[in-house]
Amino acid sequence: MSGRHVTQADRTIYLPEAEFEEYDDGLPAPGAQLDAINVSAWFGANKVLHRVNLAMPPGIITALIGPSGCGKSTFLRILNRMHERVASAQLAGEVRLNGEDIYAPQTRVTDTRRRIGMVFQKPNPFPTMSISDNVVAGLKLNGTKVSRGERHQLIEQSLMRAGLWLEVKDRLGSAGGALSGGQQQRLCIARSLAVNPEVLLMDEPCSALDPTSTRRIEQTILDLRDEVTIVIVTHNMQQAARVSQQCAFFLAESGTPGGIVESGATDQIFGSPVDPRTADYVNGRFG
Amino acid sequence: MTIGATLLPEEQPHGAQPEQPRRIASSLHPADRFFRNSVRGVGIFVLLLVVAIGVFLGFQLVPTIHLYGWHFFTQAKWLPGTKTSGILAAVVGTIEVAIIALAVAFPLAVSTALYITEVAPPRARTWLIAGVDLMAAVPSIIYGAWGAFELEPHARDLARWLSEYFGWLPIFKVDADPHAAVWEKSRFTSSVFIAGIAVAMMVTPLACAVMRGVFAQAPIGEREGALALGATRWGMIRSVVLPFGRGGIIGGTMLGLGRALGETVAVLLIIAPDFGIKIRILQTGAITISSLIANFFGEATGGQLRALLAAGFVLFVMTLAVNTVAGIVVTRSRSGSATEL
Repeated sequence: MSGRHVTQADRTIYLPEAEFEEYDDGLPAPGAQLDAINVSAWFGANKVLHRVNLAMPPGIITALIGPSGCGKSTFLRILNRMHERVASAQLAGEVRLNGEDIYAPQTRVTDTRRRIGMVFQKPNPFPTMSISDNVVAGLKLNGTKVSRGERHQLIEQSLMRAGLWLEVKDRLGSAGGALSGGQQQRLCIARSLAVNPEVLLMDEPCSALDPTSTRRIEQTILDLRDEVTIVIVTHNMQQAARVSQQCAFFLAESGTPGGIVESGATDQIFGSPVDPRTADYVNGRFG
Repeated sequence: MTIGATLLPEEQPHGAQPEQPRRIASSLHPADRFFRNSVRGVGIFVLLLVVAIGVFLGFQLVPTIHLYGWHFFTQAKWLPGTKTSGILAAVVGTIEVAIIALAVAFPLAVSTALYITEVAPPRARTWLIAGVDLMAAVPSIIYGAWGAFELEPHARDLARWLSEYFGWLPIFKVDADPHAAVWEKSRFTSSVFIAGIAVAMMVTPLACAVMRGVFAQAPIGEREGALALGATRWGMIRSVVLPFGRGGIIGGTMLGLGRALGETVAVLLIIAPDFGIKIRILQTGAITISSLIANFFGEATGGQLRALLAAGFVLFVMTLAVNTVAGIVVTRSRSGSATEL
């Protein structure tokens, strides 16, 4: 297992060597480096996350796994400042996007959220907007003006990247709400991609979908791997194994806040986990 | 017995006989039957009451038309003791007061509702909701007195300013000498404009309550979807909350319109009766249907009384039409709501 660091809860993890080799052409890896440093979170007086450290490098897909209520979704929402939408929510620590703290006072929350996109558990296209308006909704919301030609190009390109173009190219004007669940989810991915984010967070994007749609989304995720840093929360062990290159196992033991028990390369987490709790979880013995 | 061979011969479907849906009848528990019959009785009674009021008022129209002819609808002046009374000025005045009330109440109601649901911190929200509900509970005579004594001096100044700078618009024109050494205050008092503002205070909480309810239901998923794209709060409101709440905005406004059309006491206290058909909203004097009835009901007898009730019928029909449209708009769901997963 050369080049693979097995890490403990309070340590940053490192890339498997094999993953670096793909970018040895001298070009910078697309996407951005996202680092969580000592992230803790509370809802009111209830502490839900304790000192989470995780490096999410560009060019690889990071999966967050763990049983329900272990804080992985909270952690994901902290990564693009959706956490603070809840009135009683608080946090400690830092989240660095390319080295800069996204919670720094001079950082605009709208800029951060544009740079770090999010796809939700339940597909949430704007139901009354057409498919193409859905795709470019982010531009309108950000106040970005584009010409007609650019707009069309962006719609086509975003839908292609999300693997939806062929299915909807003849009905771009129909309502986004009229698509199937899996198509809606890929429309949401296209919508996120259209604002050209550096990181894409996905919160159980397939849990409301059938197996075929799940396959399509997973393929889409793998295709996007080289374009944007991806962090995905999933309850599905097979999915984590199929799409991710690194994995972080979250656990909240009774009465304690959640945290990372073990993180590392996906093969290692699934093949030879260090912590017995990780082994139990990935082998389906609890959770 | 093996799996798959569990049907008894007589239970097997007969191919020849067409299938009929089964009627499902079940006898109700006495308590359920009692409850159902009593609430049904009350519901039917309420419906009958509304119909009875309408029929009673409608029947007054027959002798009224007989007495005054169709001029009842086209004659502006109400002339007690003559055979030429009409309600046109009152109908026009009613509509004018209602439009002014809505023009003031609509922006107030939308922004208050948006502030309460989208911006206000939770504690302020509770107080604001209580405050707006309290506004709805204030008796209309209080608004009338407030309008006549507190609002009028200020509204008069505003009216003067409007007529000075926008007097070239017919609705803001006032018959007053703009170069008079002392401006003619009495020309600007007791107007449709001031009555409309007072009525707006009564319409706002009603419209606001409906809008607030609908805005608060805008799906959290779509809100977060917009925010996660980097939307500003206003961007999110514009792309998610307002499109979702369109039905509530229209419906709440229409309900407010129904209220504004029928408002009596506040208008009675503020406007000076005047039967001219005019669109000069800033100038003294006007009449509305309800203030007409309130003004003349005391001394009316015979045909006059019937005519006033017939005027009430006209108002009843106007309000009913507005409320029906409002009801349809509020209950009709938006186009995208059927696509929930």
